[in-house]
Amino acid sequence: MSENAKLPPLPTGTFSERAVAWSKKNLFDGWFNTLLTLGSIAFLVWLIPPIVEWAIINATLAPSIEACAEATGACWGFVNANLRLILFGTYPFEEQWRPLLAMIFLMGIICGSLGAVKYPSLRKAIIPMWVIGVPIIAILMWGGVFGLTYVQNSYWGGLPLTLILSSIGVIFAFPFGLLLALGRQSHMPAIKTVSVVYIEVIRGVPLITVLFMASVMFPLFLPDGVTIDKLLRAQIGIILFTAAYLAEVFRGGLQAVPRGQFEAGDSLALSYWQSMRLIILPQALRLVIPPTVNSFISMFKDTTLVVIIGLFDFLGTVKLALRSDPAWTKYYVEGYAFAAAIFFLICFSMAKYSAYLEKELRKGEQR
Amino acid sequence: MSKPQNAPGDVRSKGLVDYLNDENVRAVLYQVVAIGLIVLAGWYLVSNTLYNLEQQNISTGYGFLDLEASFEISETMIDYSAQSDYATALMVGLLNTVKVSLLGIILCTIIGTIFGVARLSSNWIVRKLATVYVETFRNIPVLLQLFFWYALIPSAFPHPRDALEPLPGVLLTSRGMYLPVPEPDNAYTLMTIAAVIACVVIYFVRKWAKKRQDATGQPFPMLLAGIGIFVGLVLAAYLAGGAPTDMSMPALKGFNIQGGYNISPEFMAVLIGLTVYTSTYVAEVVRSGIQAVPNGQWEAADSLGIRRSIALRKVILPQSMRVAIPPLTNQYLNLTKNSSLAVAVGYPDLVSVSNTTMNQTGQAIEAISIFMSIYLGLSLLTSLFMNWFNKKMALVER
Repeated sequence: MSENAKLPPLPTGTFSERAVAWSKKNLFDGWFNTLLTLGSIAFLVWLIPPIVEWAIINATLAPSIEACAEATGACWGFVNANLRLILFGTYPFEEQWRPLLAMIFLMGIICGSLGAVKYPSLRKAIIPMWVIGVPIIAILMWGGVFGLTYVQNSYWGGLPLTLILSSIGVIFAFPFGLLLALGRQSHMPAIKTVSVVYIEVIRGVPLITVLFMASVMFPLFLPDGVTIDKLLRAQIGIILFTAAYLAEVFRGGLQAVPRGQFEAGDSLALSYWQSMRLIILPQALRLVIPPTVNSFISMFKDTTLVVIIGLFDFLGTVKLALRSDPAWTKYYVEGYAFAAAIFFLICFSMAKYSAYLEKELRKGEQR
Repeated sequence: MSKPQNAPGDVRSKGLVDYLNDENVRAVLYQVVAIGLIVLAGWYLVSNTLYNLEQQNISTGYGFLDLEASFEISETMIDYSAQSDYATALMVGLLNTVKVSLLGIILCTIIGTIFGVARLSSNWIVRKLATVYVETFRNIPVLLQLFFWYALIPSAFPHPRDALEPLPGVLLTSRGMYLPVPEPDNAYTLMTIAAVIACVVIYFVRKWAKKRQDATGQPFPMLLAGIGIFVGLVLAAYLAGGAPTDMSMPALKGFNIQGGYNISPEFMAVLIGLTVYTSTYVAEVVRSGIQAVPNGQWEAADSLGIRRSIALRKVILPQSMRVAIPPLTNQYLNLTKNSSLAVAVGYPDLVSVSNTTMNQTGQAIEAISIFMSIYLGLSLLTSLFMNWFNKKMALVER
């Protein structure tokens, strides 16, 4: 504790001297730390070589069951052979450039929206991007116009489906969540009660129960003869669920705006919506950008739950590929490792970006 | 919102427009419209639902709970057979949910605390290892982790015929883990009663010790005394009950293992998956809890001449608890809610049993309403606890 008070000594000496000093301070500081260091190194020596041997040295990429049976290491050939099934599910084979394009497009819009936080010049482009982008993605996925063959959405699957479910989920949940948050802060008792009950009920139950409700109960709610398909029902379930969580995120932002700002709006004789739009929300939403990105990350991970109600998202297609041939079934480690790597890459980079934004947005307060 | 008030001298009679411009009148109007719309939408949905149910010849109501379930459940903590009714089946599911959640909460707290502390270690390599653990497992969907463990366990362990025996009596097979358990005996009931009595005694001794310390300043070794009371009473009950030593040992009989206590692969997959995933969040909570206590608190304790171990217990921990307990409870609730994913690997939890019930009886609305209200009840209980706790722990300022 008391070392913190002293200034750190300036780095002197040769590289090796400094390395020794560094490791003395960070690795071998006392008997307990030395023990921990040696234990950790032993653990790594035990863990890493077998994994490297399995995953790289003895692994095979050849997309055939025979090559995999011969290899003593990982069978990446399973992923190689089933890559298009894993990525795009049962989407018609010749048309799979369409979900690929849609996926790249969607990722571009997501990155653009996230980047707008850092580069204000992009901010005006967010809404047009989605307004133009979503129909283009819909045309690419469904087809039926411009000479594209129509593809029923029961054939959609894989990574594009995961991305669509989670991003459309957040986009539609955003305004709904905002209304709920405003409702919860409202002075009108009836509106406040309705918002609170909705938010607390949805946050109190697991997503899977909402998805079950969407897949089993929605058909009962509709008038005779009207049906909505499974994908849309799951999407609505996800939107309803996400909205409650986003509402709580927004509430945090609204509560952080000082009271004086609300009073300033009143004293300028702005109406409720004017003062919200011009004074309160720009400040509140800026504060909640990092937690909103975090909500998006958990939404992205939770989208995998649609497997349980029978949709083939990215996790579902991995399972589908594992079942496609009994000989592939035993290569589940490779299949799940591939899916885990993709999920990790996307979630980890977003989480890092969110942490970076948090630091960036706080800069103004650190004077 | 400020309420516009007419000046005292304003005697102008109010027209309709004035009423519509009155903020209070408007508020009532908005609320009436909003409630009206909600009621209308609700009525529309309900009438559709009733019509559809009638078309499908499904009767509404919870009468089906008394019918015979006629499906087997692989893991039960209470007496259950296919002849039992649906209510018992749901109870079995609920108990299984509680079992896996409680164990998961205990384990993820232990593992999460270890990694949370490790992330703050002064040892570089330990710090980095803990970071890799946390970042890896929190960024992989928990369902994927469950699938992975569920696929791994049956194929990583041998057939019951050549079961692994890491410890005498503990068998590891593709059908799960088998543990030796004591044969039922009256002594164990007696021990349970003794444990409860011990807790009550400890409570009163603690109250007395605190009063004495407040009055005289003399500390009392509460931890040692507590352990002594508990172990002593339970041991006395064990001896009084005749000290039974019979154990039910798992052993291969025919094609399967008989005896002992079986921990199924499904249960293990759910428990490991939930524990690992949630422990990464617990680690972050613990880390921020520790970091939230300023260094000055350590220094203040030092300058008062308080020993470091006591400073940790009496000065640092209570403060970091105040920061850590609310998000920690949230993570426990998340774990409990995530245990509903057990349905994906076939562990018979509440949602899984309800799902079977729903498919067999067609009583979708009733089944969903049952498990939703149970989860909701758990959440509400937790928030009640949280409010109570926050009030108790709130910083008392002048």
